[in-house]
Amino acid sequence: MISLSDYLILSAIIFCIGLVGIFVNRTNIITLLMCVELILVAVNTNFIAFSNFLGNEAGQIFVFFILTVAAAEVAIGLAILTLLFRVKGSISVDVTNSLKG
Amino acid sequence: MTFDQILFYVFSFWFIVASLAMIFSRNAAKAVLFLILSFFSAAGIWILLEAEFLAIILILVYVGAVMVLFLFVIKMLNIDKSTLRARFTGYLPLGLIVAVIIVFEMAMVLGYNQFGLDVVVAPVKHTADYSNITILALQLYTDYIYSFELAAVLLLIAIIAAITLVHRKRINCKNQSIVDQIKVQAKDRVRLVSISSKNKENK
Repeated sequence: MISLSDYLILSAIIFCIGLVGIFVNRTNIITLLMCVELILVAVNTNFIAFSNFLGNEAGQIFVFFILTVAAAEVAIGLAILTLLFRVKGSISVDVTNSLKG
Repeated sequence: MTFDQILFYVFSFWFIVASLAMIFSRNAAKAVLFLILSFFSAAGIWILLEAEFLAIILILVYVGAVMVLFLFVIKMLNIDKSTLRARFTGYLPLGLIVAVIIVFEMAMVLGYNQFGLDVVVAPVKHTADYSNITILALQLYTDYIYSFELAAVLLLIAIIAAITLVHRKRINCKNQSIVDQIKVQAKDRVRLVSISSKNKENK
């Protein structure tokens, strides 16, 4: 049988892959957004695993809301990206240094 | 090895492989396709965890709408291919070290001693007449109705914000101003100019 820690370690691995993606990516912000999606899916897998193993459906409700928020985030993020491309002519991470942060 | 375990390892393998291919692929469109594969594998794992409704939602909404939106934006923006060469600058070794350390720390905390089968017993599989949607809907429309309404408002705000951000006002566009049309009077339309007539004799 598959234990709870199998699911948890799987989602930890996926979470760290998304984290590395944010670290190494320097070319376009679209891939950064996709890495954030990957991290959110890993977290959702955690929620669903605990929901199933503890017999409590509240975790699945939370996954539902996380999916809603992620969809809204993607819509606004891609809109900002389109705007950035219109102003800067590129979506590289290196050109978004106007704030000198 | 039971059939469940075979399914779990197949889905996990493709989940991890597709995620790795996504973050290391140079082409953004290929990255989206790999992300779609990893989401499908995630949906398979969620079905193994008996969250059928959320798995279908992940495929329909995420793969069907959000990923297609990503592809649409990638095709719409003319991404310069020459800038895609400069990748993996400097941060790759540090990122890998940090990620591997995080994975090992989490594996120590979440290992079989804490969450193994003898600590958290495997749940009994539901029978065929179990309806995941019914259970979710009962919770969603009773206990979480306020959050549900908030989520709906959030989506509305996202729609308005996205449209407001990318909407561009046209410059050379002739619009009809109804207020000005109603307020107009005869003296605004007709301009009487007095021109002195010239005599033929002076010519």
